[in-house]
Amino acid sequence: MSTIKLQNLTKRFGDLVAVNNVDLNIDAGEVLCLLGPSGCGKTTTLRMVAGLEMATEGDVFLADKRVNDLTPSQRNVAMAFQFYALYPSLNVAENLAYPLHADRLSQADIDGKVREVARVLDLTDVLNRLPGRLAEGEKQRVSVGRAIIRDPNCFLFDEPLSRLDVQLREQMRGQIKEVLSGLNKATVIVTHDQLEALTMADRIAVMRDGYIEQVGTPHEVFATPSNLFVAGFIGTPQMNLMAGTFAGQRSGSLRLKTGEQEIAIPSSVPHAGLTEGGRVTIGIRPRSTELASEAGDDTLTATVDLIEPMGAETLLHLSDGDRDLRVVVDQDVMVRVGEQLHVRPRASQTHLFDQNDARIA
Amino acid sequence: MAWQSKQREIGTAGWGWAIFAGIIAFIYFFPVLWIILTAFKTNADILAVPPKFFFTPTLENFVSVFSRSYIKGQAAVDTGFDRFFFNSIFIAGTSVLLALVIGTLAAYGFSRYPLPGNDTYLFIILTTRMLPPIIVIIPIFIMFRIAGLSGTYPGIILLYTAFNLPFTIWMMKSFFDELSPDVEDAARLDGSSEKRLFFKVCFPQIIAGLAATAVFGLILTWNEFIFALLLTGVETRTVPVAMAQTIGGDIGVRWGLLAAIETLFLIPVIIVVFVLQKHLLRGVTFGTIKR
Repeated sequence: MSTIKLQNLTKRFGDLVAVNNVDLNIDAGEVLCLLGPSGCGKTTTLRMVAGLEMATEGDVFLADKRVNDLTPSQRNVAMAFQFYALYPSLNVAENLAYPLHADRLSQADIDGKVREVARVLDLTDVLNRLPGRLAEGEKQRVSVGRAIIRDPNCFLFDEPLSRLDVQLREQMRGQIKEVLSGLNKATVIVTHDQLEALTMADRIAVMRDGYIEQVGTPHEVFATPSNLFVAGFIGTPQMNLMAGTFAGQRSGSLRLKTGEQEIAIPSSVPHAGLTEGGRVTIGIRPRSTELASEAGDDTLTATVDLIEPMGAETLLHLSDGDRDLRVVVDQDVMVRVGEQLHVRPRASQTHLFDQNDARIA
Repeated sequence: MAWQSKQREIGTAGWGWAIFAGIIAFIYFFPVLWIILTAFKTNADILAVPPKFFFTPTLENFVSVFSRSYIKGQAAVDTGFDRFFFNSIFIAGTSVLLALVIGTLAAYGFSRYPLPGNDTYLFIILTTRMLPPIIVIIPIFIMFRIAGLSGTYPGIILLYTAFNLPFTIWMMKSFFDELSPDVEDAARLDGSSEKRLFFKVCFPQIIAGLAATAVFGLILTWNEFIFALLLTGVETRTVPVAMAQTIGGDIGVRWGLLAAIETLFLIPVIIVVFVLQKHLLRGVTFGTIKR
């Protein structure tokens, strides 16, 4: 079975802990995205799986076999690099055939495999070109092709789409997903682009400063972020995070104070362990709101500072003096700068985080 | 439009600049041209005042490079210059080739598997090139005597190899340093042994650098005089030494003869540079442009 298991994986560079005690299991056929800001340790984690970095502590298991002491070439993993890392002096066909060298195939078999991969990835017309003469998208496909041409234990992708333009990126996202779905291998994709992670992954592991902050399906990390970092990192526009205090429970709703305002949210929102006067952070996604015609118990009031049309929707930057509030409305909602609005967070889509930034269960 | 008259497109120079560059190039090239012209002149034409640009060319000088009479009236004898040309080509070629093989491997080692104190080693290697040859010639002369290498091919070839190595190592290391480490990681993941990695992936990428290094090394070795003067014997003499020995004689300096030797001496260098010039330009500008 093609699986990846990481146990207590740690990497230190001198005093810097790049990867801290990472535990992950990736099943055969599963695509896991390591998502996080630059320098969070996601690429280092990937390189430890590949064997390009040695783990300081912890173990890497590929197909249930401990591979810590194996060299990259002995681990039988396929990796696509951010800058493609094509062999500059070999043409596309030779680049694709390169990983087959170790398998001792006949020339006819090699040619057959190269043609098949070239057909799948639409590279047939450029087989004789050198990498220097390829377009960015073609280079990217060659690097994917070189990964899928043999039968590795697992696939690793390091920021595979970061160098492509938006249109090509969308197209390649679909293509990679399609190619991977037919292969039934454990796959790790490193990315800092959450859209890439949300669309391609079966599960996402959000990393920060060497720690894994949350592992879950794209829906889970979006709908139930386990802490403030994940809440702020996943989703665009960014979630509104407002400091406040818990003001008690009244008639089936929770009352929260933020700045001068008080707002009631349904008590169905998890609030275990909250005591009156306890500090909380309230998280409201800009899209999980609606505009109310008048102020109510369950609304926040703020004035419009800035209007950003985004096509189908419009992003409003509101302010109540101390706090900024971002709200997404339909494009046909007409507002003016300086106008006062009443914003009602959608019931049950409001998140509460405690003083330690953890989600309140 | 107005701005078009002031600005020209990149890649197109006006005739004025082209002529200006041509004049500068001509000034640089003039001494070489003069030597080549001299090689085809009779002695009278060479010494003519004012200098002659138009004359009846003669091949007499070229003939006397290889066979001439040393004393007036005697029959012409073989001068041995064919041998000296062979020596120059053989010694320079072999030593540069050796230096490239050893230097490239050493540079790859220095670049990929740095030792503790790597930079110190590299510095020490470079210091051997900081002294003019004349300073080390005496100890080397003695060492050669003791080792019985004086006047032999292995002796002078070894010396020139050592002489070329520091430059080769430094040049080649800088080329290896420029290569993308990702490409090598990819090759490792694709199941390459370190040997295959070097020959299939790294080596083809540094051929331009190799060509540039070879040309510089060849020119240095080809023109070397001091070591050759003291450490080659009659059998292993190179052209620069033989040329120096041609000066003098009973009829004074034979300028036409010297010019003919020099003209012949230029040919191999020109051929090598011409063959490698495509790589040469890439090699010397390697890494100066961000890819």
